[in-house]
Amino acid sequence: MIIRKRSLARRLLTVDLPVVAILLFALGPYAWMFLTSVTEKGRLFTQGPSLSGATMENYVRLFKTVGFWNNLVDSFIIAGGTVVIGLTLSVTAAYAFSRFNFPAKRGLLLQFLVINMFPVVLLILPLFIFMRQLGLIDTHLALIIANSTVAIPFSVWMMVSYMNGIPRSLDDAAMTDGCTRLGALWRVVMPLCLPGIIATGIYIFITSWNEYLYALTLGGRNVRPITVAIQTLIGEYEVEWGLLTAGGIVGAMPATILFLIVQKRLISGLTQGAVKG
Amino acid sequence: MTSNPPPSGTGGMALGRTVLPIAMLSPAVLVTVAIVFLPMIQTAWMSLHDYILFRPKSFDFVGLKNFVAALHDEVFWISLRHTAIWIFLTVPSQMLLGLAAALLLNQEFPWRGLARALIIVPWALPSVVIALMWVWIYDSNYGVLNDFMLRFGLISRSIPWLADPATALYAIILTLTWQGFPFFAVMILAGLQSIPRSYYEAAAIDGASTWRQFWHITLPGISGVLVTAVLLRTIWVANSIDVIFVMTGGGPGYATYTLPLYAFIKARTNLDFGYGSALAVLFTLMLIGLVVVYLRRVGKAVQS
Repeated sequence: MIIRKRSLARRLLTVDLPVVAILLFALGPYAWMFLTSVTEKGRLFTQGPSLSGATMENYVRLFKTVGFWNNLVDSFIIAGGTVVIGLTLSVTAAYAFSRFNFPAKRGLLLQFLVINMFPVVLLILPLFIFMRQLGLIDTHLALIIANSTVAIPFSVWMMVSYMNGIPRSLDDAAMTDGCTRLGALWRVVMPLCLPGIIATGIYIFITSWNEYLYALTLGGRNVRPITVAIQTLIGEYEVEWGLLTAGGIVGAMPATILFLIVQKRLISGLTQGAVKG
Repeated sequence: MTSNPPPSGTGGMALGRTVLPIAMLSPAVLVTVAIVFLPMIQTAWMSLHDYILFRPKSFDFVGLKNFVAALHDEVFWISLRHTAIWIFLTVPSQMLLGLAAALLLNQEFPWRGLARALIIVPWALPSVVIALMWVWIYDSNYGVLNDFMLRFGLISRSIPWLADPATALYAIILTLTWQGFPFFAVMILAGLQSIPRSYYEAAAIDGASTWRQFWHITLPGISGVLVTAVLLRTIWVANSIDVIFVMTGGGPGYATYTLPLYAFIKARTNLDFGYGSALAVLFTLMLIGLVVVYLRRVGKAVQS
């Protein structure tokens, strides 16, 4: 099927058309949401969403009257904080896992793997009680800590595989040249696995940005990240689909853009491998 | 940047070899113990108590009472059945759709790069946004799905997809399938690209049909990726509460209750942390059981 060169018409029918169909399925709902968000309120229920006469009215209202800006800031603080904690703890831990041998290594590594499996419901109740005792309910810190339950195990796992890909001989060379262990980590290993660190960081950012249950349970009044804010729009404004979908588009934007950036790196790595293979 | 001190003597090196890894690991380990393992133990402990949040003084040890109560609880069984339907419909649909998408995206066509980047979008969206989007699509008065199906004569009048107990769970399953299939597509695509082209060339020379090539080269080539992807997705799908919570809140009636959602609602609205914890513990044990069985059966078959 590779050797034979197919005719253009056949390719269009067997490849391009099905790909278009799948992309329509994948992007259709998103496009529909966007269309709804730019449709005028009166028009929406009479003629349905349409591009003609597109208006930014819903977006303006979102920021002017609903105070969406504060929610965006909350989300940025929480997701950014989780990235910082997740990366600092996991990069050092991953270096220890990847470069040293010690008795409990397998068990500890397994521990980080298994944590990925725990349901959120198992952790959400005690975390709520814990935060209440510490007086942390409705603070950014509470949500950063809660999101770390997901972020740390995941990023340890990712970073170990990235660091294992960097030859040990490079550390040794750096240390013969007078670097300490930590110097070798800082000057040689870190720069080399920077793409991995960035990808992991972005992934943590996206998952924390998109997180909803912790945000609902541990935040809510003062600290209200975007996901909770979007949801509360339903109750406050009698199913105003224009406003809601505008909120959805804005809330999904940062994560989507970041994801497309990482995706590019992922694809280029994959295609390079395919060409070489 | 500060200059580094000269390398220490051999004694220091040996000491560094034992102390340094401990020092580097302990923050991550201590933090996970504090925010994951201790809370987990606390949930197990709470499940053995009568603990209702608005009565903070009463924390009576009741043994397995909550668990026995769950087994006699009709809603528990309803939720369990929904969880099973939920997992066994969603994960296979995601996988098949993802496989089809990956096979297509692995073909040669000019805009392949763009298509590969775009297909990932559903995966990146927040669950709340996804839930809202689909509530709007399913809307009984103005929803595009009803409009579409009416226009093509597939239905004779609007169906309130999410308000009808018969369709609500399946409507949410379709939403979740949509959200998760790109993950399979990307994983399988990576697997496909690790299969050497020469295998296909050799098979084509031997006269193997496309179907036989798929069965004997493609499928074994991606089996490892498939096992991992199914495992991860099963865990995620089983645990996901947010999409249902936003779309229907479990309703109408108990039509879209799943076990983790039931545990969450019990604790959140009834503030019955004891019973909620027992449900969470039961669900986790079942999930672990499912994962172990899966790895035993499928994991071994792939490795041999």
